[in-house]
Amino acid sequence: MPTPLLSVRDLVIEFPTRHGPLTAVDGVSFDLAAGEVLGVVGESGAGKSLTGSAIIGLLDPPGHIASGEIYLKGKRIDNLRAEDMRAIRGRHIGMVFQDPLTSLNPLYTIADQLIETIRTHLRLSEREARQRAIGLLDDVGIPAASRRIDDYPHQFSGGMRQRVVIALALAAEPELVIADEPTTALDVSVQAQIIDVLKEQCTQHGASVILITHDMGVIAETADRVAVMYSGRIAEIGPVREIIQNAKHPYTSGLMGSIPTLAQEEDRLVQIPGSMPRLSDIPPGCPFNPRCEKVFDKCRVQRPSLIPVENRQVACWLYEDTGTSEVAT
Amino acid sequence: MLAYVIRRVFQSIFVLLMVGLVAFSMFRFVGDPVENLLGQERTQADIERVRDQLGLNDPFPVQYVKFLGNALQGNLGVSYRQGRPVSEIIAERAPATLELAGVSALFAVVFGIGLGVFTAIRRDGFMANFIMTTSLIGVSLPTFLIGILLIYIFAVELGWLPSFGRGETVKIGGWSTGFLTESGLKAIILPAITLGLYQMTLIMRLVRSEMLEVLRADYIKFARARGLSTRAINFGHALKNTLVPVITVTGLQIGSIIAFAIITETVFQWPGVGLLFINAIQFVDIPVMAAYLMLISVMFVLINLIVDLLYFVIDPRLSAGASTRGH
Ligand SMILES: Nc1ncnc2c1ncn2[C@@H]1O[C@H](COP(=O)(O)OP(=O)(O)OP(=O)(O)O)[C@@H](O)[C@H]1O
Ligand code: SF4
Ligand SMILES: [Mg+2]
Repeated sequence: MPTPLLSVRDLVIEFPTRHGPLTAVDGVSFDLAAGEVLGVVGESGAGKSLTGSAIIGLLDPPGHIASGEIYLKGKRIDNLRAEDMRAIRGRHIGMVFQDPLTSLNPLYTIADQLIETIRTHLRLSEREARQRAIGLLDDVGIPAASRRIDDYPHQFSGGMRQRVVIALALAAEPELVIADEPTTALDVSVQAQIIDVLKEQCTQHGASVILITHDMGVIAETADRVAVMYSGRIAEIGPVREIIQNAKHPYTSGLMGSIPTLAQEEDRLVQIPGSMPRLSDIPPGCPFNPRCEKVFDKCRVQRPSLIPVENRQVACWLYEDTGTSEVAT
Repeated sequence: MLAYVIRRVFQSIFVLLMVGLVAFSMFRFVGDPVENLLGQERTQADIERVRDQLGLNDPFPVQYVKFLGNALQGNLGVSYRQGRPVSEIIAERAPATLELAGVSALFAVVFGIGLGVFTAIRRDGFMANFIMTTSLIGVSLPTFLIGILLIYIFAVELGWLPSFGRGETVKIGGWSTGFLTESGLKAIILPAITLGLYQMTLIMRLVRSEMLEVLRADYIKFARARGLSTRAINFGHALKNTLVPVITVTGLQIGSIIAFAIITETVFQWPGVGLLFINAIQFVDIPVMAAYLMLISVMFVLINLIVDLLYFVIDPRLSAGASTRGH
């Protein structure tokens, strides 16, 4: 098996508090192949954004990686010096945030911001960088790019601004783009276009994508694999089609049951009774046990780790026996 | 944008007219100018003649308009005490005050922004905390006390710097400057620090809090996600956004530096218009007092106007009306 582009191993993210550390992400592991699109879903607070921030090295203190490792092309990146990690951001890992209205510096033109980014990472002259910037804007579908490039962010609509943000994220040809709810803040009418642009551009530039979203519909259309997160852990991860057609984890089944049909406007996921536990009182054993219909004794005592089932991995005791390897307890 | 500029200019003019009215009322109603001019030996005929000459028999609005017309031409009346035109006296004294205020403002802005940025970037560092704590003292001590303290340390104890006066000055045209002699440069240090310290601390604290705010903004996080250098982020992206709201306050503070020069000039016996004003009060020299008040007001209003217009230069969102919106 070739080295995966990205490999996250037992990632634990903690926040120190007066009553001891709060564990917000607890033992997350997954691999991402070159060119692959991984969707990440889960309720609010499941730890999706924190995982993404940790990968790009932008966790806001006091949050920090308490243990675990992150590898990019086989090289460990979670313990790099600040300056070395900076060189990786933008150049190897790009990021697209939720709100395009606030992602761009209001006092700089689009050209300023693109050229600055390009020249930080690539040895290009001002003119070459500008040419490249115009090309990028063209690619993401900004009309009259060579003219609009000198405009300020406020002169663009939300959708157009998110296109600019995508161009900025791809400006230095990163191999991985992390998109954290890239359309949540946008008007529904442009959401699909933006996802299309994101996917198309990342494919064209050969970048893998981690797409964080609440929208299973988007994942179904865009992603190759999906990771379902719950209470800071991965509940189930595997190929999108298989998981949508036949969810194994009881939480995932609940999610799939609540995928909105086209007729519905509702795009929130959760219809499972109850809510995700707060970080300070995650129950022992399986974190989903208070809400699970199939809960049994073991679930309340022992925490299930990811068990390989067919092409995927499921963190649920129901699949202990079907697991291909012996599960250490 | 043009409409805004015109409106601001009109507002400024209105404010100045009001100030003129106050100054004029001082002339007219505080003390009797005729008595002041003629002294003890006077006849009723003299009084009438002078009242006519001064236009004091005209209706009030006419007098006011005449007064404004004179003021615009730089004719601010004659000092009761010195018997010379006020404009001449002020022109003599203005360089001292303007040089002092200029150096103070420079000190306040440079150190205020510098230390503000420093304490924001090194938020939890020992030095930053030390500076923040010390700055509380700077804000709470009255100016004259700071002046006296500085004089005590640097003039009396250490003997490094003079405790009063302007040192030697050199005349260039009508302007007497202290910048060209060593004693002049030495003499301006203590008063300039005294005068600018409060404003410096204020600007510093403002810059710090604005900068901390900006550093939390999404576009800073996105700039970091693009791998821009810490320097480019702190001094490019963050500082520029920090300075937009800081400009107004800084402008106002520079105005108040000129106004508060009175106290510093008194403490250091600095021969500027502030000291002139204090002396004028002692002798109830109304024309000088009125001229001083008008001068300060004009400065205030002008600085405010400049600051407002500066916004347009810095923040492209404000001039948006003129260009295309959306797409
Ligand atoms: N500064 C902080 N201090 C304490 N807890 C925090 C802090 N920041 C985030 N958390 C906690 O970490 C958990 C995971 O947050 P994260 O932002 O990753 O969730 P998410 O899955 O992205 O949710 P959403 O869908 O709402 O974006 C949340 O429960 C949140 O309360
Ligand atoms: S481990 Fe038990 S509680 Fe958890 S999801 Fe599986 S069955 Fe439900
Ligand atoms: Mg999030």
